[in-house]
Amino acid sequence: MLQHIKPGDYLTLLVGGLCTIWITVAVWSGGAADKAIIRSGGKVFREVPLSRDQQIEVPGPLGTSIVTIEKRRARITSDPSPRQYCVRQGWLQQAGEIAICLPNEVSVELTGGQKKYDSLNY
Amino acid sequence: MTASTTDKQDSGYGRQETGERPNPRIPRPVSRILLNTTAEDHHIAKMAAVALGLTVLENAIPSPLPGVKPGLANIVTLIVLARYGWKVAAWVSLLRVLAGSLLFGNFLAPGFFLSLSGAICSLAVLALSLHLPARWFGPVTDSILAAFAHIAGQMTVVYLWLIPHSGIAYLIPIFATASLIFGTVNGLIAASFMDNTQQSPLPPGEG
Repeated sequence: MLQHIKPGDYLTLLVGGLCTIWITVAVWSGGAADKAIIRSGGKVFREVPLSRDQQIEVPGPLGTSIVTIEKRRARITSDPSPRQYCVRQGWLQQAGEIAICLPNEVSVELTGGQKKYDSLNY
Repeated sequence: MTASTTDKQDSGYGRQETGERPNPRIPRPVSRILLNTTAEDHHIAKMAAVALGLTVLENAIPSPLPGVKPGLANIVTLIVLARYGWKVAAWVSLLRVLAGSLLFGNFLAPGFFLSLSGAICSLAVLALSLHLPARWFGPVTDSILAAFAHIAGQMTVVYLWLIPHSGIAYLIPIFATASLIFGTVNGLIAASFMDNTQQSPLPPGEG
């Protein structure tokens, strides 16, 4: 088996492996988030930096959602939506992550230095 | 490479093909299409058929993600490339894509164009990698490079045509890893096949 691999093949394997690792790191590490964009009813409600811990009350059609920012992370702490998907999503910390409460039309999205992409786009 | 002639019964032509004996058991048809084929054509067809068989085989293997496939048919392409040159390999590869799409019923469907773009990119890269010094680089290198080119071509078509959104970049690491693994495995298989059988010219065309 191994005698079929020539020296250059090892080189190709090595370079290919390194490229794969580099692409994986470049694409999958969402990058540090430094800002949270809070939207309500489709409009930007507030843009807050993650550097300061705080709680923000966001009004929506069903009631008030509470967004918590703590230790450079953000989450929706409480929400009047019936199924609580966005609350159960927990802490968001990478740029591009997003939690959406559809019934209350509230969303929190983290952004970093450059805009990253997430599975919800498109 | 192939020349086709059609002649009707009453056109007055005799048998046009050369080098083939008429088969007395087959009655002369009313209308017929003759393909004047060479031994090389037959050989290409056989190799493409083997590749096609491997394609069918690998379609039976469940895949965790559409697009992650071993690409077993490329073993044939690699062997043909090493033994008969790039042109024959291109024929085998493209015929396999065409016939495979007819077989699976996705001719001119997106899947067909994905296969085609992958095959074309692989062949383009193989044309370059052929010029690497054979002393240092073997089929494993060809295979890995072709696998990367294959997925690059497919992702390009997906991005330009099917899903024009950068979000598909998230899938690149999965595809790249699969390319590396399957490219290496296919290259090893191809290399072991080439090792067992000696180099031989095109076999005499017995049909």
